[in-house]
Amino acid sequence: MTINNWALVSLVVVCTVLGDLLQSLEMKRHGEIRDFRPSGLRRHLGALISRRYLALAIFFMAVSFFVFMKLVSVADLSFAVPATAASFVLETILARLVLKERVDIRRWAGAALVAVGVALLAR
Amino acid sequence: MPPSTRLRFKTRIFALIVVFSNALGNCLLTLGLRQRYAKLAFAPLDYILAIFDPWVAFGVAFLIVWLLSRMALLSWADLSYVLPVTAFGYVVSAFMGRVFLNEYVSPARWAGALLIAIGIGLVARTAPQTTAVDPHTKQTSVPVAARAPESA
Repeated sequence: MTINNWALVSLVVVCTVLGDLLQSLEMKRHGEIRDFRPSGLRRHLGALISRRYLALAIFFMAVSFFVFMKLVSVADLSFAVPATAASFVLETILARLVLKERVDIRRWAGAALVAVGVALLAR
Repeated sequence: MPPSTRLRFKTRIFALIVVFSNALGNCLLTLGLRQRYAKLAFAPLDYILAIFDPWVAFGVAFLIVWLLSRMALLSWADLSYVLPVTAFGYVVSAFMGRVFLNEYVSPARWAGALLIAIGIGLVARTAPQTTAVDPHTKQTSVPVAARAPESA
């Protein structure tokens, strides 16, 4: 793998982390979506459109998506997807610190196993 | 159906939608890009033209389903729950890479897939929701289902 590919991976990771954190924060503020009828979904989308952090989250996700498109055009999908999963470890730590989620021992153990699994998948 | 069972059931259904829409979207995107474009430049026009490729368009459609279903899932479930549980998508992506894109998946990669599956098994046993933000006060609170039982 070239340095250029790892630079693309780093950019995808940073944008994914920021996008997911902001998305999770704003969706919790919006509240649980219970109404999945078309009218209910339209109402939810209308309410969500005005949320600034959600717009910022989607911007970061869009950047992540386009950089990912570039990455999969030059590297194997089975490298690109697991390599960008470094975001997963960072996000679990930040979910505990920033979003104040209760990450118990099973979640830490599960997160560690998934992280090791993803590292193996990227080989 | 008790609220906690309903929440767990709904969470699992949405986790499956998130996993399969993402894996299918990524696979179709790669298939389309490889057929039409050897290497994408950073020119915006390349990306716009790529979206008109049918495979890429279907890939993008599945990724939109992924985005919306993930937004819905994150409206009630913790990020630290959603991330490991939807990590099953990495296993599905590796499998699709092997089957549809003829990519080589080594024994180490399959071992990684097994570890991910065990990790998901552990996290899936925890409560999907340990915090919630009150939409009116914007304050984080712990839902009743996740609170420690009160003494009688």
